[in-house]
Amino acid sequence: MKSLPMDLRKDTSPMPRLLRVLTVITVLGFAGTLALGLKVAGADIQQGEIQRIFYIHMPSFFGAFTAFGLTLIGGIIYLARKNETWDRIALAGVEVGLAFSLINLLTGSIWARPIWNTWWTWDPRLTSAAIMCLTYAAYLMLRAGIDDPGKRRAFMSVYGILAFVTVLITLFIIRIVPETIHPVIVGASPQNAQGGFEATSGVVIALAPSLLLWLTLMPITIIWHRVRLEARIEAMNQLKLQALSE
Amino acid sequence: MKTPFFTCVSAIISKDLRAEIRARELISVMALFALLSILVFSFALELDREAREEAVSGVLWVTLIFASTLGFNRSMAQERDHGNLDALLLAPVSRAAIFVGKLLGNFIFTLIVGLAMLPLMTALYGLALLDGWIIVTTALGIFGFATIGTLLATMTVQTRAREALLPIALLPIALPFLLTAVRATKGILSGAPAAEWQGPLGMLAAIIVIYLALCLLLYEYVLEE
Repeated sequence: MKSLPMDLRKDTSPMPRLLRVLTVITVLGFAGTLALGLKVAGADIQQGEIQRIFYIHMPSFFGAFTAFGLTLIGGIIYLARKNETWDRIALAGVEVGLAFSLINLLTGSIWARPIWNTWWTWDPRLTSAAIMCLTYAAYLMLRAGIDDPGKRRAFMSVYGILAFVTVLITLFIIRIVPETIHPVIVGASPQNAQGGFEATSGVVIALAPSLLLWLTLMPITIIWHRVRLEARIEAMNQLKLQALSE
Repeated sequence: MKTPFFTCVSAIISKDLRAEIRARELISVMALFALLSILVFSFALELDREAREEAVSGVLWVTLIFASTLGFNRSMAQERDHGNLDALLLAPVSRAAIFVGKLLGNFIFTLIVGLAMLPLMTALYGLALLDGWIIVTTALGIFGFATIGTLLATMTVQTRAREALLPIALLPIALPFLLTAVRATKGILSGAPAAEWQGPLGMLAAIIVIYLALCLLLYEYVLEE
């Protein structure tokens, strides 16, 4: 193992205690926020039980926001310092963010079926969220198409920085294209919004912890695990090459 | 000792112009594609007069973005195939100057095609597309595509799948240009009051400034040896 570069040796060492603690807190926290959303908060007076999906739907978008944000930061720091760990963080951010934004789209779709009477509609906000997913799917395709490792890291850092624009568009689209039917729960809803509900104290009690968990611990813990996995894959490939050349 | 910025930019542009005048590879491909696209759209959408007014700005911009993708790909592939990319990297010029040179070349060629499309669509669709503000919007939108397209084409031309990857990489990222340009064109075309389409047009200009700054900063990382 001595022949591995420094950063790989560090990332493939046994799991640090902090990561163990974070993992336990995240799992317990997820169970706790599910209980809050499913049991503690009351059913919505108009929408009934289906409204509970909101406690996953909105937090999962913000989880994706954090993950894609880490891709952005990882890209910037990689370009500045050429430290490969940051490139792994950027890659992990894309994969985790993509998974979270798919959860976001799926839960939204399930909610829209009874409330909007359709699985999908070409609403500006829905469209921009779908395009955000496609942008990061393109990241993975582009990454797979570059053979030279140094070029791959540099190019993907650049692309990860540019791709974040689609995240910002998804956040701010209702200000560019105002005719959306997507409701806004925190703050004023757009005029045409359908299916909004009031953020009563019960909603806030279930939403706030869930939002906090998805925004911070969920993406960070999973990305950390993914970074370590990626480091192990790279270490294995290097050791294979070394074994073959001996 | 580096070659001064503008000397380098103008050298790259004049090289691209001279190559284009001799080979006519870029403009002819883009123009033919644009013409076909206009025809295909009018058959596929079976546009009547009312539907045309609704759809024409979409047709214009979808055609422009695909045509420009073709052009950007070709332009960078030429650099690579003729070994010019390596020569440029060896030369003592700043990466930003290479970017601006390629960007302006791409912009000029695509703009020629875009400006040729306007009278053609005016004739074929019977709508007044030859308006000063529509020309401004077209130029701005194409400049936007060119900034991001030049950067991404430089990347994709160095990948395994080459030409196939540019549309996949470019379309989602160029979406802010498409959104605002379509909105502005639609507003101008429908004769809406200026206040309604000046917003999107201003936003288009603002996004161009942001992307241009980003591309200038990032270009040196996509041309490394």
